[in-house]
Amino acid sequence: MFLLTAVPGFLVLLMLFGLLQKSRAILALKSFSGLLFGSSWHPLKGEFGFFPFLMGTLWVTLAAMVLAVPISLLTAVYLSEYAPKFIREFTKPVIDLLAGIPSVVYGVWGVLMIVPFVGKVLAPLFGVYSSGYSVLSGGIVLAIMVFPTIIHVALEVFSSVSHELRETSLSLGATKWETVKHVVLRKGLQGIIAAVVLGLSRAFGETMAVLMVVGNVAKIPKSVFDPAYPLPALIANNYGEMMSVPLYDSALMLTALVLLLVVLVFNLGARFVLMKAERRAE
Amino acid sequence: MDFPTHLRIQNLSVSYGDHLALKDVSLDVPDKKITVIIGPSGCGKTTLLKSLNRLLDSVDGVKIRGNIFVDDEDIYDPRVEVTHIRKKMGLLSQKPQVLPMSVFDNIAYGPKIHGTSDRKKLSRIVERELRAAGLWDEVKDRLHEPASQLSVGQQQRLCLARGLAVEPEIILGDEPTSALDPQSSRIVEQRLIELKSDYTVIVVTHILRQGRRIADYLAFLYLGELVEHGPAEEVFAHPKDPRTRAYLTGEIS
Amino acid sequence: MMTLNKRKTEERIFKLLMLASTVIVTGSLLVIIGTIVVKSLPALRLSMLTQTPKGGYYLGKEGGILNAIIGSLYLASGATLLAVLLSLPIVLYLNLYPKKASALATFTRFSLDVLWGIPSIVYGAFGFIVMMALGLRASLLAGIFIVGLLELPIMARAMDEVIRLIPQALIDASYSLGATKLETALKVIVKQSLPGILTAVLIAFGRGIGDAASVIFTAGFTDSIPTSLLQPAATLPLAIFYQLGSPLPEVQQRAYASAAILTLIILAISLISRVLIKKFTRHTIR
Repeated sequence: MFLLTAVPGFLVLLMLFGLLQKSRAILALKSFSGLLFGSSWHPLKGEFGFFPFLMGTLWVTLAAMVLAVPISLLTAVYLSEYAPKFIREFTKPVIDLLAGIPSVVYGVWGVLMIVPFVGKVLAPLFGVYSSGYSVLSGGIVLAIMVFPTIIHVALEVFSSVSHELRETSLSLGATKWETVKHVVLRKGLQGIIAAVVLGLSRAFGETMAVLMVVGNVAKIPKSVFDPAYPLPALIANNYGEMMSVPLYDSALMLTALVLLLVVLVFNLGARFVLMKAERRAE
Repeated sequence: MDFPTHLRIQNLSVSYGDHLALKDVSLDVPDKKITVIIGPSGCGKTTLLKSLNRLLDSVDGVKIRGNIFVDDEDIYDPRVEVTHIRKKMGLLSQKPQVLPMSVFDNIAYGPKIHGTSDRKKLSRIVERELRAAGLWDEVKDRLHEPASQLSVGQQQRLCLARGLAVEPEIILGDEPTSALDPQSSRIVEQRLIELKSDYTVIVVTHILRQGRRIADYLAFLYLGELVEHGPAEEVFAHPKDPRTRAYLTGEIS
Repeated sequence: MMTLNKRKTEERIFKLLMLASTVIVTGSLLVIIGTIVVKSLPALRLSMLTQTPKGGYYLGKEGGILNAIIGSLYLASGATLLAVLLSLPIVLYLNLYPKKASALATFTRFSLDVLWGIPSIVYGAFGFIVMMALGLRASLLAGIFIVGLLELPIMARAMDEVIRLIPQALIDASYSLGATKLETALKVIVKQSLPGILTAVLIAFGRGIGDAASVIFTAGFTDSIPTSLLQPAATLPLAIFYQLGSPLPEVQQRAYASAAILTLIILAISLISRVLIKKFTRHTIR
């Protein structure tokens, strides 16, 4: 048992090490900033500019968060503070189910419903042309995937705020909403930020669903109706060719390493904040 | 009874699901006096208190029957604005509940919610109430620090000041000193005694000696029933009900 | 300066927004499942479930996705088994040894947290590196290995949450009756938290069977049902993905049907876990 317990730690280190090793090849030949800010991606010519993909990831993730955060928090507040018991009991399994739907299924649904919606309904509304395969489609699908993460953590945070504190605010003559605004949200602020960061981390690394609806065009998007090419999609789409073009495999492994590090930082930061908030509440 | 009354409880019964917590309680609370509701734990004291400022509203499955009149207004009348009722009563909880803000903001919270936004006016209110609670000298240089940094005794006095800031008519105390050290307890009791000249005070406690110290009027609650009530001296000296006698002599607790 | 009316109006507006948000969230589930089911109906035939792709399947000819269904079941089962063999000892160790704040325990929990957050595509890329290093080709075994590692943090965290709840008093009672650590582990802890452990296993299984990004590198794809661990294996998520990519509407419809089948499997797992919890909770001590 003792040895097995060392496995998780060992695994993390192995992953970091392995990806780093494979990334060395390309890092040796190109400067990191050149890779980061280069806009030209032509592996056959030996050009590996990651900038369009970074921008793609940023746009899609941001779009998803802009949609997901308000909706998730409003839902969590409703479930925690206002909803009658039977609605809470009904919604919790629904949210769990949403969390369990595989990425590919979200992708299929995105192609079926969201892509045509964006391309044929929303884009013309704004006077823009879009094939539907766009940042916005990716953002919408991703937002729904992120709902359960944020809601779940937010609910935990709200339940850690003692009901006596709420009673105190109410007994001063505040309305329920004022109590939520000034007391519950304030007390749980750290936890809510952590919930959002965890959602962000999930959105960042999500691969299949986004890949299927986002267009996969290696250009910097200029609007949410443009297609994009996020980092995870880059890896997933090109694993087939990567062995046949020099440095391609190293470039993709570097991408994976970057993803790993970003997600690591977000995740750890959020957990750390949550731990601190929990300890304070005790 | 000769005391003018401000708060009248008539045939109040409260049940949580199947459990009957308060059985047909009727009590006229005398104005500008300290009424102590005493009884062993679990007898319904807190339920009674919480029904007075309608905090029971948010409990699942609670059923309330009977009437409570404040200034001849039935507070459970559906046309009544609940925040208005609650403003009339200041609640002091057992464990000091400081809001997650600075000392100043804690006290200004109530007035701000009810419409006061002028900074100078708020400062005056904050100072006035902190003095009334006997806390001004200790915190006047720390007004904008988080209230959570105060000691427990100071926090409780802060809660008192905060409750006074909304200009209530009635002060409700739910075992207000049981979480405090003896010295802070004495200070809070002292404040309550001084406040009764302007406010009607209702304190719930299970500490007999506290009742003896501060009560003008005493009500004994046992297993949800209002067994006996009357001027404190009378009840302590000549309890009429055998249960009251048993409680006062320490046989039942 | 807020009058009472303004305060109430603000509350009413936000209540509306909150309700709308909740409807959006719950509605999404209904819309997603509904759309998939409706769109899959034309192509949902028994042959989808019972046949493997015949020649020309991806061009619209006959066959089904039995290869992917069996492949996924093999892979997810193997992966889940691997994850259980790792998670259970680790979590028991973390909870049995009283030095709960020991360096190893903290580091392990921390690592599990890290692993939990790593995207599955990174697991896939890592798996690829390992395969290259060991000279393995895309196969069922490689898929089992990587998905097993993917499931490990999910399962371990769920198990840990349940086992942590067991009061120390219960464990001490077992020791004082003379049981060894191992006996205590198996007879008391596992028995007491069995429903939670089973749920953890099922949750992880559901995750494993639905993931595409990790198997894209490691398990390969094939039209036949694997007969050995060293053969590549088709998986449902990838089958869905590839069929969707076809220009032919008949094949795309099969993608929807495959998606419906996968979703059904996941829903069934969710249902089973809820039923199991209710059934097994009879034996636990409250």
